[in-house]
Amino acid sequence: MSSIAFLGAIEIGLVYGLVALGVFLSFRVLSFPDLTVDGSFPLGAAVAATLIVNEVDPFLATAVAVLAGAAAGLVTALLNVRFKILHLLASILTMIALFSVNIRIMGRPNVAIINDETILTPLLDLDIAGYYAKPLLAGIVVVVAVVLLARFLGSEFGLAMRATGANPRMARAQGVATSTQIYTGMALSNALVALAGALFAQTNGFADVTSGVGTIVVGLAAVILGETLLRTRVLLIALIACVLGSVIYRIAVALALNADFLGLQASDLNLVTALLVALALILPGVGGPLRSVMRRAGR
Amino acid sequence: MIDIHEVDVTFGRGTPMETRALIGATLHIPAGRFVTVIGSNGAGKSTLLNVVTGDAPMERGRLVIDGVDVTRWPPARRAGMVARVFQDPMAGTCEGLSIEENMALAASRGHRRGLAKALGHNRRIAFAEQLATLGLGLENRLQDRMGLLSGGQRQAVSLLMATLAGTRILLLDEHTAALDPKISEFVLDLTRRIVAEHHLTVLMVTHSMRHALDCGDRTIMMHEGRIVFDVEGGERAGLDVPDLLQLFARVRGRELDDDTLLLG
Repeated sequence: MSSIAFLGAIEIGLVYGLVALGVFLSFRVLSFPDLTVDGSFPLGAAVAATLIVNEVDPFLATAVAVLAGAAAGLVTALLNVRFKILHLLASILTMIALFSVNIRIMGRPNVAIINDETILTPLLDLDIAGYYAKPLLAGIVVVVAVVLLARFLGSEFGLAMRATGANPRMARAQGVATSTQIYTGMALSNALVALAGALFAQTNGFADVTSGVGTIVVGLAAVILGETLLRTRVLLIALIACVLGSVIYRIAVALALNADFLGLQASDLNLVTALLVALALILPGVGGPLRSVMRRAGR
Repeated sequence: MIDIHEVDVTFGRGTPMETRALIGATLHIPAGRFVTVIGSNGAGKSTLLNVVTGDAPMERGRLVIDGVDVTRWPPARRAGMVARVFQDPMAGTCEGLSIEENMALAASRGHRRGLAKALGHNRRIAFAEQLATLGLGLENRLQDRMGLLSGGQRQAVSLLMATLAGTRILLLDEHTAALDPKISEFVLDLTRRIVAEHHLTVLMVTHSMRHALDCGDRTIMMHEGRIVFDVEGGERAGLDVPDLLQLFARVRGRELDDDTLLLG
């Protein structure tokens, strides 16, 4: 594997690290199996790319993309909390709806922004080569996200969110308005995923409506990998583990695709990822605490 | 302090499973009183507590706590006035969170939860001091997962948690029923101590007639959704377990008589 391919794997691993953080928040913290992410990832990409093509400031475009993701999370939470639709189904409904919404936003299935000004431009202006600038930018965003999220989950509000996911009855008895917690958590989770989508669009130079397929499985794989590698009760480290899981996963994928004797092609990725997640849930001792949520969700 | 007025609760109305859990329940508990509640399964004891916490939907009636009509308040809002310890030690605490995190959750009951750190240096010291009063050595295990504790230890911590936010009403839902007799006595002693120390108003549901008479200063018996008798003071002091059993039998007998009348 060339060093550029390696840096590429790190970059994409860091971008999907944000997805892993979002998935950690919904699946692990809130015990809410949320598939909205397959829609909110391309939503973030679509909103950011469309605004950028229309010459909106790329930072503002990214911020709007994040808000759009939060709104998608709120819709899923609303369907579940207010209208009592099973969480899994509620998230699938939002995800499917977003497919149409994303095409509407872009006006077509994909938008190219390869020559436009993006949040990468300031780094490129410093004469940093693209293959360094991209992982650097993704790294900065991820570090900020991890630190803020750890601080948030350690706050009074964040603690109430963790209790909501772990024992909603106890949380209510302690005066926690559990529905507020679910709304906030789902908005935050999908905002992170949309941020990943917006970053993805800007580092890759395009937004595509199909880019969301399998996002949830990749996010889960990263969380599982991270939790298997780093068993911890310290929140900050658990969050770092998610990002680390995502990066290691991407490096492993790049290695596998580079190993010609395996005969893999890029489109096999989803199959391999699905197998990895399934194995993690079947094999004892792997998968960690996520097992319970996903198996419960299956019942 | 607690004023339950003419409350009806029906579960599954209009279905074959329709159950009238409470029928015109009326109970007035002045501040600082300790009331024990007995009755057979399905008598409405837990529903009575659930009415106070807001977990059971009231069809009719009014609930006033500390002079405030809270009939329409959601459970989370009432939690600012009412603390509760469940029968199941797993229910009242979060096993995935640490002891100190559980306590931090309880300490903010009824307060706005903002973005301030849930656990600071001062809070940790205060929690350790409070845990030390239990005499279980838990003050050295602040960061242990709650799930590592035994049932008795968890109930003891739950009781402590009930006092952290300064709520003045404590609801105990058979909180010693899942424990072995020795631990159960320990938790009961702790309950009496905490109640006296914090001058709490208590409603305690129990399966044990012994506990019902040994604890508190007033006992009510429930049967099929109604409060069938209510004793306190000298009358209660003269009662023993066999008397209670007899009373209980008489209540059921009266119902049999009614049936006989109907059938006859």
